[in-house]
Amino acid sequence: MAYIYNTPQDQQAMLEAIGCDSIDALFDSIPESLRLQRPLKLPAAMGEMELTSHLAALSEKNRSPADTLCFLGGGSYDHFIPAVVDYVASRGEFYTSYTPYQPEVSQGNLQAMFEYQTMICELTGMDVSNQSLYDGGSAAVEGVLMSLDVTRRRGRVLVAESVHPEYRQVIDTYFALLETEVVTLPCPAGTLDLNALEAELTDDTACLLLQHPNFFGCLEEVHEIVDKVHAAGSLLVTIIDPVSLGLLERPGDYGADVVVGEGQSLGTPMQYGGPYLGLMACREKFVRRLPGRIAGETRDRRGNQCWVLTLQTREQHIRRDKATSNICTNQGLFALRASVYLAAMGPQGMREVAELCLQKTAYARQRLGDLERLEIAFDRPVFKEFVLRDRENAVEQLCADAEEAGIFAGVPLGRWYPDLSDCLLVAVTEKRTRPEIERLVDFVSVQAPCGVTHAE
Amino acid sequence: MRNKHATQLIFELSQNGRKAVALPQIDVPERPVEELIPERFLAKKTLGLPQVAEPEIVRHYANLSTLNMSVDTHFYPLGSCTMKYNPKRNERLASLRGIVDVHPYQSERSLQGLLQIFFELQEMLGEISGLDAVSLQPAAGAHGELTALMVAAAYFRDLGEVRTTVLTPDSAHGTNPASARMCGFDTVTVKSTPAGFVDMEDLKSKLDDSVAVFMITNPNTLGLFESNVAEIADQVHARGGLIYLDGANMNAILGVTRPGDFGADMMHFNPHKTFSGPHGGGGPGAGPIAVSSKLGAFLPVPQVRREEAQSECTYRLDWDQPQSIGRVRSFFGNSGVLVRAYCYLRTHGPDGLREVSENAVLNANYLLSRVKHFLPVPQGDRCMHEFVASAAQCKNERGVSAMDLVKRLLDYGFHAPTVYFPLTVKEAVMIEPTETESKEMLDQFAETLFRVLEEPDDLLHEAPHTTRISRPDEVTAARKPVLRWNPSTEE
Amino acid sequence: MKPEELKYAKTHEWVHVDSAKNEDGGMATVGISAFAVEALTDLVFLELPEIGKQVAAGDSLGEVESVKAVSDIYSPVTGEVVQVNEELPEALQWLGEDPYGRGWIAKIRLGDASALENLMDHTAYSKLCADEES
Repeated sequence: MAYIYNTPQDQQAMLEAIGCDSIDALFDSIPESLRLQRPLKLPAAMGEMELTSHLAALSEKNRSPADTLCFLGGGSYDHFIPAVVDYVASRGEFYTSYTPYQPEVSQGNLQAMFEYQTMICELTGMDVSNQSLYDGGSAAVEGVLMSLDVTRRRGRVLVAESVHPEYRQVIDTYFALLETEVVTLPCPAGTLDLNALEAELTDDTACLLLQHPNFFGCLEEVHEIVDKVHAAGSLLVTIIDPVSLGLLERPGDYGADVVVGEGQSLGTPMQYGGPYLGLMACREKFVRRLPGRIAGETRDRRGNQCWVLTLQTREQHIRRDKATSNICTNQGLFALRASVYLAAMGPQGMREVAELCLQKTAYARQRLGDLERLEIAFDRPVFKEFVLRDRENAVEQLCADAEEAGIFAGVPLGRWYPDLSDCLLVAVTEKRTRPEIERLVDFVSVQAPCGVTHAE
Repeated sequence: MRNKHATQLIFELSQNGRKAVALPQIDVPERPVEELIPERFLAKKTLGLPQVAEPEIVRHYANLSTLNMSVDTHFYPLGSCTMKYNPKRNERLASLRGIVDVHPYQSERSLQGLLQIFFELQEMLGEISGLDAVSLQPAAGAHGELTALMVAAAYFRDLGEVRTTVLTPDSAHGTNPASARMCGFDTVTVKSTPAGFVDMEDLKSKLDDSVAVFMITNPNTLGLFESNVAEIADQVHARGGLIYLDGANMNAILGVTRPGDFGADMMHFNPHKTFSGPHGGGGPGAGPIAVSSKLGAFLPVPQVRREEAQSECTYRLDWDQPQSIGRVRSFFGNSGVLVRAYCYLRTHGPDGLREVSENAVLNANYLLSRVKHFLPVPQGDRCMHEFVASAAQCKNERGVSAMDLVKRLLDYGFHAPTVYFPLTVKEAVMIEPTETESKEMLDQFAETLFRVLEEPDDLLHEAPHTTRISRPDEVTAARKPVLRWNPSTEE
Repeated sequence: MKPEELKYAKTHEWVHVDSAKNEDGGMATVGISAFAVEALTDLVFLELPEIGKQVAAGDSLGEVESVKAVSDIYSPVTGEVVQVNEELPEALQWLGEDPYGRGWIAKIRLGDASALENLMDHTAYSKLCADEES
């Protein structure tokens, strides 16, 4: 069923007005030889009831944190989403509008964008924020690309190995076609090796891309790092977990130049990895290199305060091949969700969520690390994630068995870090309760050793 | 009824101590924060976020929302953006727990339903495009362009050919040259003929062995089908280049003709346009791409595969593609948008999809047949799913610009068409009604536009008159950017 | 400076050459013409070249932006940028009020003077502007 008004009578009347015999004739400009001479081979149409049953059946084939205890993290987290976020975002006037090209009939979106930008600035300690990029991975790339423009250095960029491996893969993909070299810096003990950093910071290094807390959950020595990076005339591009900023010092306060990150934690469901929210904020002096939409305040012809899309000459629809990025459609809806989430939380709520994550993570880490089978991999301060080493070196099996027992125990690291093939990344959000943590502890403690030797 | 009081910034509503959430008590043995995180890492001050109660949040945003036009509330003929109705059933179905509450690192075992959806979507997009292999990974149309150009670059590298140039028509979306540049290609613009088509002579003069890709939008941004497209493709292929189809305008040709059949080697879809995903005030979208078989090996990983055992199918993610360009984003893709596209396609089937395009084209031609009598449409009196009128005459004779006209439409409750794009038409007014509007609505729109043209110049220069704000000063906004709220600037 | 005494590029930049100051061929002062300023309307941003930059005639020297357009400023001459009008980005109204005076953009020490031969005099440039307008 198509959502079409036109009745056969309407169609006839319209064709007469056009002066055309048939709908088919409207397609005359398509040469006959290029036309598809058969119906598309697609499944037959379903009505709403059949589709509902069909999707329900498919949905039931998936497990989810609704039925399986979730300790999965690695850039997507099972945080709580207040109902007010869903309510606001589902209002059709937000949901079914588009980019505010006409400010007079988009003040709702524009003001919400302006408020979002302000909240992201407050959260990160940066001067300006854009109105979202696709996700954490593409935001990381844009941050690194921006550093090339700003520093006018094209030689190399440094990326800590403790940055999300998928973000690093995205960077590799983008940079495969560019001249700039991407140098990955080792993180042997779970955090960036500062000697390696110093050795690789050359005078043609545009930036260091650092994640803090990093992919392993560990905190990086940001103060020492930023000093070294700036001494070399490079920029620090920091990837954040916005939830951590309820407790941790803001990147703007420790000296980061560009902040990027995944905003999913701020009120966006996990929905198998997307759509999410790419965060990006920077120092004021870089604003003309910032990609994406930006709302700015101004006055209208009657003197009323209002908002418009501004600095549009940065963007592809004007600057075309010289634009700061090719991005057009962004993640506006999730920026709105993040705004509502942050407003609902407020400073106190953000602090409490962060502290809940911290305390529960510390508890789970200690309880699991004390088990005979597991040990804590990196002895560093962590926020809401940590790495465990399986003394039996059977992480995949452990996770499969846990799933059978109704637990998503964690993310095995071997697929990205061969040296950590006996390791597991465990995340604990504010939603996990003590009894749930105990369930995971109990599950692991009764797993018989499976006879596989420890990884070399 | 709009609440005229409620336009303060949420920061201005903030009162110390107000809050909207009550979080649970810490239920594990609590340790001092400083014991867990050394003091040097901790914030020294409280975050400057607003402190508001939940009812205030709802009233604030509900009122803000009433300041927007949207597809749910207004006719939104924003050319090139395909602002069609967003079916509500898709929202409900995409919100099922097993769809929306799913972690990206769950095991394949625990995701068989979702992987089946993606597999079937890959197949359906392949069929609609007439191409062989599909990647669902790109996050938006522009991201799909970029991904496909990376695929092309990898393909030529594999062949050992050095090709440095991407050709784009002068009427192309700005994303085309921008994407090409991000892949390190030089871009060269191909002219259009006065009738609005790719200028074959100009194309031939710019085609050489350095050309990797010709990016074409078809129907093009004037809403015209490039009848020469097969010849264009032959010319480009003869020099070893590839054809990229910008799929922004697929709404015109579903089931009528297929990009793969008219010579495209690669294309992207915009599910948020063609397959009715809500636009969300700017996004999200998705930008799945389809490519011909020779390019399939270079697509991003992972692909979704079906494996048929005796009695049942299983679905898995295939990471084993040594020639793949890698990944272009984190996680699998914009799953939520893709599921809505899947629902849309399953709702329509082959006949329904063709009806979509037939009625989109019928509606556009009908509106064209009415509008052309008072606002010239330089590129003729037939179109596909959209057409581009020109206010150039109006501008020359009366000083009334395209912007003046469309701003006045806002007063009458119509969202403005796209203006000043494509760049090849002076004072362009680009109108895309979509198939989900009625004849009565199109009549009203045409009559209103006619009436607007009769109105006094001064009234139009200052339009709109009924909206809360009118003609914001964009010069000041760009000269002295104010990009965040600051308590100190409010005095 | 009087517009009649200047040389012009097809891309609407003007040049004034003061040969007395430099034995290598002279020092060129560069700006954009009143016609260009008018056509661009409501300028909002100007990006100046870096001092020390070597430019060939036709290379980009910087950019001017209006709200919805951006235009390159092309160097009409070949040489080294030795001075830029630092105050101009904060005083863009000078481009409109005094394009051939306070609105100057950069001073370039001429390397190869042959590029000057391709420039137009005021009469030829006025004709070009008249043609573009029609």
